[in-house]
Amino acid sequence: MALYADIEKRLGAFHLKVRLEAEDHVLALLGASGSGKSMTLKCIAGIETPDRGRIVLDGVTLFDSERRINLAPQKRRVGYLFQQYALFPNMTVAQNIACGVRGGGKKDARVREMLAAMRLDDAANKKPYQLSGGQQQRVALARILVNEPDVMLLDEPFSALDSHLRFQLEGEVRSAIRRFGKTVLLVSHNRDEVYRLSDRIAIMRAGRIETVGEKAAVFADPKTRSGAILTGCKNVARLEKRGERLAYVPDWGMTLHTGADIGEAASIGIRMHDIHPAREGRNVQRCAVVEVIENPFSLTVMLRPIDAPQAVPIGWEVEKGAWTGADEVSVCLPPENILLLRE
Amino acid sequence: MDWFPLYNSLRIAGISTVIIFFLGIFSAYYIARAPRLVKGILDVVLTMPLVLPPTVVGYLLLRVLGPKRVIGAWVLETFGVRLTMTWWSAIFATSVVIFPLMYRTARGAFEAFDETLAYAGQTLGLSNAYIFWRIRMPYCRQGILAGTVLAFARALGEYGATSMIAGYTPGRTATISTTVYQLWRTNDDALAFKWVMINMAISAVVLLSVNMLEKKQRTGRRAA
Repeated sequence: MALYADIEKRLGAFHLKVRLEAEDHVLALLGASGSGKSMTLKCIAGIETPDRGRIVLDGVTLFDSERRINLAPQKRRVGYLFQQYALFPNMTVAQNIACGVRGGGKKDARVREMLAAMRLDDAANKKPYQLSGGQQQRVALARILVNEPDVMLLDEPFSALDSHLRFQLEGEVRSAIRRFGKTVLLVSHNRDEVYRLSDRIAIMRAGRIETVGEKAAVFADPKTRSGAILTGCKNVARLEKRGERLAYVPDWGMTLHTGADIGEAASIGIRMHDIHPAREGRNVQRCAVVEVIENPFSLTVMLRPIDAPQAVPIGWEVEKGAWTGADEVSVCLPPENILLLRE
Repeated sequence: MDWFPLYNSLRIAGISTVIIFFLGIFSAYYIARAPRLVKGILDVVLTMPLVLPPTVVGYLLLRVLGPKRVIGAWVLETFGVRLTMTWWSAIFATSVVIFPLMYRTARGAFEAFDETLAYAGQTLGLSNAYIFWRIRMPYCRQGILAGTVLAFARALGEYGATSMIAGYTPGRTATISTTVYQLWRTNDDALAFKWVMINMAISAVVLLSVNMLEKKQRTGRRAA
């Protein structure tokens, strides 16, 4: 079940221009709000029409601006999980799921089967407003699974939930993805969620896909400034190139060796947990402790080089037990952990 | 007592409400999707009868449907039917007058509809007709029902345009409102008062049923 989309759409000042491919795996679109993630899904589902481009699902052309093909959403076999689930409020759970059954015949049997599989037997005759958030999501997933789509699109499936429920429902979605077993597109701005649920990640910014790849590779080398920020890198600053592998970072007041050639990179980043204490070696900085911020299970120690009192402090994540308190500390920013970032 | 005016009023109001129910809903549905300019123009034109004096509506209708006017003359010549001064002529008048009520309330109801429900239905393969009748209409039923009842009540009370296009012929075109006027004019106060009471009773029943329907709906929703 391969999905290919190459689409372009203008909406006022916003310009969406996306090309993506996915086959039998979970591809996550990670981006800030307004980056065009949901619009991409809507174009694939046929709810929005791109200005230009082509969408092909499993050999079937869903949209082709040149050949003037634009299949109705009804004919696309695309399952869409909406943010607020979009359950039909005037129908019971069973009726909602029955809406998803294609063709006539053994409709009741299919609905009963799906109710049981999604642990919704007791809720079969309830209306959506009588259900918990978790049940609502299960109904929405059941309605899509029973529809047997060729691709499943998940649009910020947990955005409306608090963190505990979020974690629980993530499990439900993970098992629904497993049950489905075909191509899934997941849209989110939460890097943890994306990492746990997907196989590949595409980072989106301002209507474009900036970086795409295996999730571990994208997290190891997000390539762009926004990619670094979206994958949770807190220390990001502009660099001034001083050598092929040597950069001065004015904001931080540091000169740093990099693990790779700087090339066209304009910014530098280092994850808080990649910094470690060291007496000497490359990229070792003698720093003043500006502030210690307590997190539930760790500390964030804000550091500024001794010889640069005007610098913007960088964050260093330390385990609670490992921190004994100090006014000054020597740390290493390992060259191999330095992220080189384009705009 | 001759009950013809009651019967005539009810059938005129009933028929025009049925016509306008569908016409109003479909106009509301399609105009809500129209480009902004078209929407603005149609909105003004279609809402106009709400603010025009009924006599102006009556005059305009006579200008079009009168036996010597464009459509009226054509129908008379082709089918041998006069469009004015029959009991059903009043349906033209009431329909034009109540259309904006139905159109406006239906549009308000449709605008409050959560469009993602329609998208969800489409991606599940449900036909647009199914989505319209089984998802959109139930979702908007409160507003549409209120609009329908209001339209019916207004049709029942239509006087100005009706009297101009259908006139007052006892036993043929007389409605409650034209009868009341006629009785008052001829100093038959007792009978006029009876018809007034009948009219008020019908209006009260209509409004009461609207309130009951709304309350039922609200308690249903509040359980959420």
